[in-house]
Amino acid sequence: MNNMKITVKDLNLYYGDFQALKNINIDIEERKITALIGPSGCGKSTFIKTLNRMNDLIEGVKIDGNVMLDGEDIYKDVDVIKLRKRVGMVFQKPNPFPMSVYDNVAYGPRSHGVKKKSILDEIVEKSLRSAAIWDEAKDRLKKNALGFSGGQQQRLCIARALAVEPEVLLMDEPTSALDPIATGRIEELTEDLKKEYTIVIVTHSMQQAGRISDKTAFFLLGDLIEMGDTKKIFSNPDDKRTEDYITGRFG
Amino acid sequence: MERVDNSNISQASLNMKKSKSTVLWEKFVEKIFFISACMAIISIATITIFIFAKGGPAMLEIGIFNFMFGTTELGGKVYLWQPGADIYHIITMILSSIYITLGAIIIGVPIGILTAVFIAEIAPKWLVKIMKPAVELLAGIPSVVYGFFGLIIIVPMIYEAYGRQLKGGGNSMLAAIIILSIMILPTIINISIAAIKAVPIEYKEGSLAMGATHIQTIFKVMIPAAKSGIFAAVILGIGRAIGETMAVILVAGNSIKFPTSISDSVRPMTAHIALEMSYASPGLHENSLFATGIVLFVFIMLLNIALNFITHKVGE
Repeated sequence: MNNMKITVKDLNLYYGDFQALKNINIDIEERKITALIGPSGCGKSTFIKTLNRMNDLIEGVKIDGNVMLDGEDIYKDVDVIKLRKRVGMVFQKPNPFPMSVYDNVAYGPRSHGVKKKSILDEIVEKSLRSAAIWDEAKDRLKKNALGFSGGQQQRLCIARALAVEPEVLLMDEPTSALDPIATGRIEELTEDLKKEYTIVIVTHSMQQAGRISDKTAFFLLGDLIEMGDTKKIFSNPDDKRTEDYITGRFG
Repeated sequence: MERVDNSNISQASLNMKKSKSTVLWEKFVEKIFFISACMAIISIATITIFIFAKGGPAMLEIGIFNFMFGTTELGGKVYLWQPGADIYHIITMILSSIYITLGAIIIGVPIGILTAVFIAEIAPKWLVKIMKPAVELLAGIPSVVYGFFGLIIIVPMIYEAYGRQLKGGGNSMLAAIIILSIMILPTIINISIAAIKAVPIEYKEGSLAMGATHIQTIFKVMIPAAKSGIFAAVILGIGRAIGETMAVILVAGNSIKFPTSISDSVRPMTAHIALEMSYASPGLHENSLFATGIVLFVFIMLLNIALNFITHKVGE
């Protein structure tokens, strides 16, 4: 039995009166890539945001059930700041801050109290290397990050997320705004990252889920329809609706 | 059948007429727009020409440097402004304007920006519903009312605070600074709120997602990202402070002397023009007031140029 990093039990989420997630139960394995797929509005993005409590920002959200990170309930036992340090996130649209590349990557560690220049330098280099953008960034550390291309910006955002040394990396459609080459680089990168990090990725692209993930979860209208090994989900799903979606009959 | 045809024809001719008159109307409306647009340009051009025509020669006659920075010494006494003896120096007015504006900025800008942050990011909705209209109301209060408020509340407080020692009775640079600080708040708050709200939500999410606190996010990401808008707010605030007249006249004391302390009675350029214009004799005295207007005008112009520069450069 593999180590379960995150265990979700009977999770329900409401936006006001609307129930966006219905009784979700998922186990997320350590150092594996778990892909969340499903048509627009199925709740996969909402679900990934419950894992680091980014839904707290939205007004009128109500959650019940348990989300356990290493056995601790993140809505009860864990401080949200510490939680987000442990569970990092990369967004759909690359969102580097309008400051230098260096300051972007150093932002997280500085927020958590790292002040020493030599330590920050080390973290910045290590993070940029891990995100496979060091070669492009090393001569432009003092330049504004907004000068980078979309794909570079997204890898920079991954580096920025890695700089606080998270355990889990959540990726919410990280390549949907990128061209195929930039997408390919990010996909390769996730392969390397899973050696050290647990990755949960929301994707619109079934091919992407098939290429990079170990586990796949299929969401539909707020329900988790099916979850299992990616190979099995794509070749021999248990549920008819999963098969219909994967073969392109809807969505 | 005939009837139907007739109605079709009249309908068609009606359409023709309508489209013709529509074209005329369009042209007419365009002209109206053009004339309206010209009004603003003509006004600013007229005002500029008028001030420079009246004040320019006076400034040259007195000597630009002498007028702005000089003083006259007669028999061991320093004279700054003696129209009877044709002595015109506005260095004290320039300094007073700069001092009270700086003072207002030092007090008003931090309060204004922090208020804007509070309203835009921190305050619960019900409080925002009270605070925003309150700030807008503050912008709508006539300046003479601010002056009156200063005169009956702030000035006596200053007088008391200095142990009733002040000759001006509390009318002072400090009083003007306090009143101006309040008067520039709405400008700074409203524009800063707009600037902070214009920061993409993605920046905020990105920061919070790394475990930064809300306050860290505000000061390290959101305010830096909104800085061009906040600079614009500050400059418009400076413009308001340096140009304010009525409220300042009522509380500043209006003495013509070098300001040496914030408890001194001072006379900034705007107050100077307004106070003397009513009794200035035509000729050099009156024209020297227009010359003061030129100096003020140039100050405001420089601010506007700075504003343009900042909104174009820093925003990039």
